Amino acid sequence: MRSQLVLRVIAKLLIPFMLLFALYVQFHGDFGPGGGFQAGVITAAAVILYGLIYGLPAARRLVPDRFVESMIACGVLLYGGVGVAGMLLGGNFLDYFVLAADPVHGQHLGILLVELGVLITVAGVMLKIFYVFAGRGRDPGGA
Amino acid sequence: MSFSSHYGYWATIILMVLGLYILIARGNLIKKLVGLAIFQTSVYLLYIAPGKLIGGTAPIIAEQFRVYSNPLPHVLILTAIVVGVATLALGLALVVRIHEAYGSIEEDEIIDRDGKEGPEA
Amino acid sequence: MISAQLPILQVVLPLLAAPLIVLFRHPGLAWLVAAAVSWCSFAIAVALFFAVPAGGAFDYALGSWAAPWGIAYRIDSASAYVLVLVSLIASVVVTYARSSIAAEVDRDSHYLFYAMFVLCLGGLLGIAATNDAFNLFVFLEISSLSSYVLIAIGRRRRALHAAFQYLIMGTMGATFYVIGVGLLYLMTGTLNMADMAERLAGVSETRPVLSALAFITVGLSLKIALFPLHFWLPNAYAAAPSVVSAFLAGTATKVSVYVLMRFLFSVFGVRLSLDALHLFDLLVGLSIAATVAASLIALFQDDLKRMLAYSSVAQVGYITLGIALNNADGLTAAVIHLFNHGITKVALFMLVGGIVLRMGTTRFSDMAGLARRMPFTAFGFVVAGLSLIGVPASAGFVTKWYLVMAALERAHWWLAALVVATSLISALYVWRFVEMAYLREPAGDARRAEAPLALLVPAWIMVLACTYFGLETSYSLTGAQEAAAALARGFR
Repeated sequence: MRSQLVLRVIAKLLIPFMLLFALYVQFHGDFGPGGGFQAGVITAAAVILYGLIYGLPAARRLVPDRFVESMIACGVLLYGGVGVAGMLLGGNFLDYFVLAADPVHGQHLGILLVELGVLITVAGVMLKIFYVFAGRGRDPGGA
Repeated sequence: MSFSSHYGYWATIILMVLGLYILIARGNLIKKLVGLAIFQTSVYLLYIAPGKLIGGTAPIIAEQFRVYSNPLPHVLILTAIVVGVATLALGLALVVRIHEAYGSIEEDEIIDRDGKEGPEA
Repeated sequence: MISAQLPILQVVLPLLAAPLIVLFRHPGLAWLVAAAVSWCSFAIAVALFFAVPAGGAFDYALGSWAAPWGIAYRIDSASAYVLVLVSLIASVVVTYARSSIAAEVDRDSHYLFYAMFVLCLGGLLGIAATNDAFNLFVFLEISSLSSYVLIAIGRRRRALHAAFQYLIMGTMGATFYVIGVGLLYLMTGTLNMADMAERLAGVSETRPVLSALAFITVGLSLKIALFPLHFWLPNAYAAAPSVVSAFLAGTATKVSVYVLMRFLFSVFGVRLSLDALHLFDLLVGLSIAATVAASLIALFQDDLKRMLAYSSVAQVGYITLGIALNNADGLTAAVIHLFNHGITKVALFMLVGGIVLRMGTTRFSDMAGLARRMPFTAFGFVVAGLSLIGVPASAGFVTKWYLVMAALERAHWWLAALVVATSLISALYVWRFVEMAYLREPAGDARRAEAPLALLVPAWIMVLACTYFGLETSYSLTGAQEAAAALARGFR
């Protein structure tokens, strides 16, 4: 893909907007269709597009394998952490309304953090799947 | 109980049987996974289709709307889709490794090559 | 206050340990976390087991959403019994795992192995704890997906195809289950099992409900490897690393049997499954076929692990026979056999793990003179084998006793005779091992090469448990009786 000038330029133009759109989908999840899962997939798609155009090694330099693996773990921990925090603050697991003094505010905070965890994990998983399948058979140590 | 008023169910059943048939009748591992995916898709339809009320909107409370569709099937199926994606990814990963280890993705050839080497391979 | 949170901690602790292990990446640390979490789960399960009031249950609403709308967990005597079984086996197996997987799994994947192990544990515990039919599906898939990985993680290429087969059959089973739940949801408008059982009364004879019963039964039969839907199981257990065979043989099928009992007795109710579909007659036939056919196949296996795997299929037949007899003794036999067969099979597979480590093979012909090379392993195998047969003073005997009693109570004397006869077949395949290990001369090297203590001690704990629970049945038996009563009573 080294010579595909059009693709390279368009990709660079598109990727920032893809990430922005992912954030829009993420934060609009409170009021309409959207949420962490969709936003995570869009985020991963942006990086995957970069990998398709500029090559897998470039994508791996941008978002390293180790980082992707910790993304998977951290997102789940964030989700679970919010649940445990609810328990520590005297509620049940995943009780959001205890997270802030104002219960409604607590609900907002809880769902925001949980969806952030979903975004991180989903983006990590999608990227990991892409890396593992695309890298198979090219560099033996990369999988 | 006419055909036209239940076409959603018919589509579900046709997809279900198609997927199951591919799953059982084909020896190619990739085709098996395709069958599995179709089979699972039929279940998505089974949940989603009855959740829609004609004339109903998304369940966001507003003055001008009185009829809402049931959002729960969508949430359930989003979960089922994630499970399906994970299953498909794992299945494909296994197929890649089977291809590396056996040089084939045809079930009968794989069983054949296992048989020649005895149970310790 | 903390005691009110125990039902959720039971499930969330292992689930959250998995990402922690992935973050640490260090094999030793991963083992430490997995072991700590498994033992904690066991402690929680025991606490729940003793705290569940007779005839009552703990309810827990996630996110404080009230029961029929939100996801609720419900721990009654039956679920507590399964929780104890699963977490007990997990804690013994994880203690054993460290030395065993060092030999059978690449070092780079050790942390992934433990991550998958705790994930699988969390899924299995979740299945037992939840009272939400769809949540149960999610946990079923969490445990299944991680067990496919666990099977394929070893070095044998045969494991890859076995895991793929299991993936296809397992997903098919889970999808059948979810179709059944979908139909039930269409008819009742609820996913909460207790609520569902109540609302089913009004629509119980309708066709969607009957097809839901059929779908759920077939789907779960795939998961429990009920004959003739068992063919994935021997391949998977034979090809997996020994630790994984031990863990799955003791837990995965058992938990699915629990789900089947939960649906047949508590959700659908005996009247519906019995009168409308003649399901119990069907189950009797399949159970007999399973015990006879699988025992005979086990007799002619050339591989120790495959033999044990086929014997598992046969033992599942005893459990479903107990369900099919559908009286207090039969249900007690089914529940207590979950436990008795669980600990017996785990003991046997763990001992085989030691043999794999020292001899590098599980072929029957290579076991010649094993008793001289590995005396403790061979003797342990015989003791656990006696429990498999159901000899008096072993755990297996308790099951057989209640099974025979249940059959006689239904005046099926031929069934009672059949239970005894199939026990004789299992005596034959255990005898094959005894003959090889004790009566043959070792083929080559006859020096002592006992399995390391790290493998032998956990295995022997389970072997001794097989005898202990044959002599002292107060916990296992009363627990099973209460669990059977809870299943039969349903959610009232």
